[in-house]
Amino acid sequence: MVAGRSLAFAAWLCVSAAAAHAGPRAEVIHWWTSGGESAAVRQVAQAYRDAGGTWVDSAIAGGDQSRAVTVNRIIGGNPPTAAQFNTSKQFLDIIEEDMLNDVDEVARRENWDQLLPEPIVGVIKVKGHYYAAPMNIHMQTWLWYSKAAFDKAGIKKEPASVDELFAALDKLKAAGLIPLAHGGQSWQEVILFSSMLSNIGGRELYLKVIRDRDQAAINSAAFRKVLLAYKRLQSYVDPASPGRNWNDATALVISGRAGIQIMGDWAKGEFTNAGQTPDRQYGCIPGLSVNSPYLIQGDVFVFPKTDDRDAIQAQKLMASVVEGPGVQLQFSKLKGSLPVRPDLDASQLDVCAQKGMAILRDRSRPVGVTEVYLTPDQNGALQDILTAYWNTSMPVEKAQKSIASALRY
Amino acid sequence: MTARRQLTKITPYTALLPMFVTVLVGYIGAAVWTLGMSMTASRTFPSSRFIGLAQYERLFDNERWMLSLHNLALYGVLFVLACLVIGFLLAVFIDQNVTGEGVLRTVFLYPYAMSFVATGLVWQWLLQPGDGIDSAIRMLGWHDFTLGWIVDQDMAIYTVVIATVWQASGLVMALMLAGLRGVDPEIWKAARLDGIPAWRVYLQIVLPMLWPTVATVLLLLATAVVKLYDAVVAMTQGGPGTASEVPAKFIMDHLFLRSNVGLASAGAVVLLVPVLALLAPYAYARSRKEAA
Repeated sequence: MVAGRSLAFAAWLCVSAAAAHAGPRAEVIHWWTSGGESAAVRQVAQAYRDAGGTWVDSAIAGGDQSRAVTVNRIIGGNPPTAAQFNTSKQFLDIIEEDMLNDVDEVARRENWDQLLPEPIVGVIKVKGHYYAAPMNIHMQTWLWYSKAAFDKAGIKKEPASVDELFAALDKLKAAGLIPLAHGGQSWQEVILFSSMLSNIGGRELYLKVIRDRDQAAINSAAFRKVLLAYKRLQSYVDPASPGRNWNDATALVISGRAGIQIMGDWAKGEFTNAGQTPDRQYGCIPGLSVNSPYLIQGDVFVFPKTDDRDAIQAQKLMASVVEGPGVQLQFSKLKGSLPVRPDLDASQLDVCAQKGMAILRDRSRPVGVTEVYLTPDQNGALQDILTAYWNTSMPVEKAQKSIASALRY
Repeated sequence: MTARRQLTKITPYTALLPMFVTVLVGYIGAAVWTLGMSMTASRTFPSSRFIGLAQYERLFDNERWMLSLHNLALYGVLFVLACLVIGFLLAVFIDQNVTGEGVLRTVFLYPYAMSFVATGLVWQWLLQPGDGIDSAIRMLGWHDFTLGWIVDQDMAIYTVVIATVWQASGLVMALMLAGLRGVDPEIWKAARLDGIPAWRVYLQIVLPMLWPTVATVLLLLATAVVKLYDAVVAMTQGGPGTASEVPAKFIMDHLFLRSNVGLASAGAVVLLVPVLALLAPYAYARSRKEAA
């Protein structure tokens, strides 16, 4: 009898608990699982709750794993309310299969056409409709350097051109340091290549090769020069670099054993965790000339198709919460990225992020990373060739020819 | 009465039905579906747009795929040979009635109880320049010693061979030992009377008698070769560069990371060919034996 009553009471509790959270309910799949990342995503969750919604967190470690789960659940007919993807062509196939809801209403209200950087719009706006809500921006090809290592090698000023970069690397080598901290994994080699292509080739060649996949540009002498410079970087890495993780390479710069690392702005978190501050122990250079392209990518939320009106409501709320100025700033502060809205006040962010924001406001400088323009498949093929060229004695002519043929598909 | 007899006739088939359905749907069905997919332009999602053999053309135009096949052939030959030789020698060694046979048998078989991922990681640490074996030998006094195989273009695939042989030869030993123990003691007595040295008995009399065991071992090792994936991922991630790429990794990468179901399916079909080529003679020999 007593048991029966307490059971009834428990049931009543459950019902009232459900009623208390009757607002839009969003199940969100994402892969922000590391310390700083999960702190960042908690800000978004809290903002969503403050806006009257219920946030159901489905964090899955690892981007590949997380995206595979999302795609499988979409195919299986049990999609999440929202799911994280990179700002890239990863979700283009899902749009073309008509499996995503658009967020045009929010986009129109917030005037995304004018507000967001062009490369981001290029990815999330397909056939006139917005299919994703961008969360943040990462810049892929920052140069991070150790002030201690630069002092030891006698380098007085930050390199401001590719020639000066190589001169600095030579000095670091002469001082007995590892000039370039590099993790020998293929995606990190793509970053080095992108850095060379954007800094030497400039915006025009970069877009011709990566966006237009222009055969003439790929076969040009200018592009060959880029490949040679990329390969030249290889003579500045240490022999133990193959297979190394990016954060281990960053640790070499932090400890002053290595001079420079070319890596995305997520590397900043490693410096911060080691108690270092920008412009004191380390420096950050966004590009090697005043108008070098600023290669961006980032994360977005997509909203799988559903007819359920409550779910659509939850998706719309999510799209507008994600773009909120407060959420944007807090998230990026914790994650080490930049907000997608260049109209925000950057003074709360650190020195490096402020440099980035200033560049982002110049609409001629942001350009997408390779994944923004290439399908995952094309990008992978490019990656295979670049890593083979980096690691073997492949002649530059052959690398050039292979890239041309890989980007034809 | 007849009904009952019929029932006893049907029963075994009924019992086999689930297995039969599994084979038909899970194995043959999936293989046929993969074959179909390999002729479509499928990307993230399966599509029905037929494009003939274009995926195969692209596959054999892909340097990484060709390198993967080359690596697989090299790996296959070395792995199978090394496992057979080491496994057989270990079995012969234990067959000499050594003391502590039980302990040794367990020790040799233990690696097989470990997953490929764990094996790969351990060997990665052992072979990492600056750590593991490298620094151990330096601490012993050879200060110039460097062991950089795992980061060497030409040697990386051999490190995978070493790690997987370490893991699999224990199993070969166990199977071979069982075979050796099945050899009639009379043969040994006869050989001893004739004054034939032991190594010749093993090589020329016992080994041919062990042929069915060797065939089983070969089949097991061959399947391990074709599905080689986790050890490479754990040890080298296919690197440095693409030096230790294998076909299974190419297929997995294209299936999931690179959203190209069509190309991945074409790779899987190509990979099925050597499996069939290995299985066919075995199945043929079995069927002849049964007919005899």
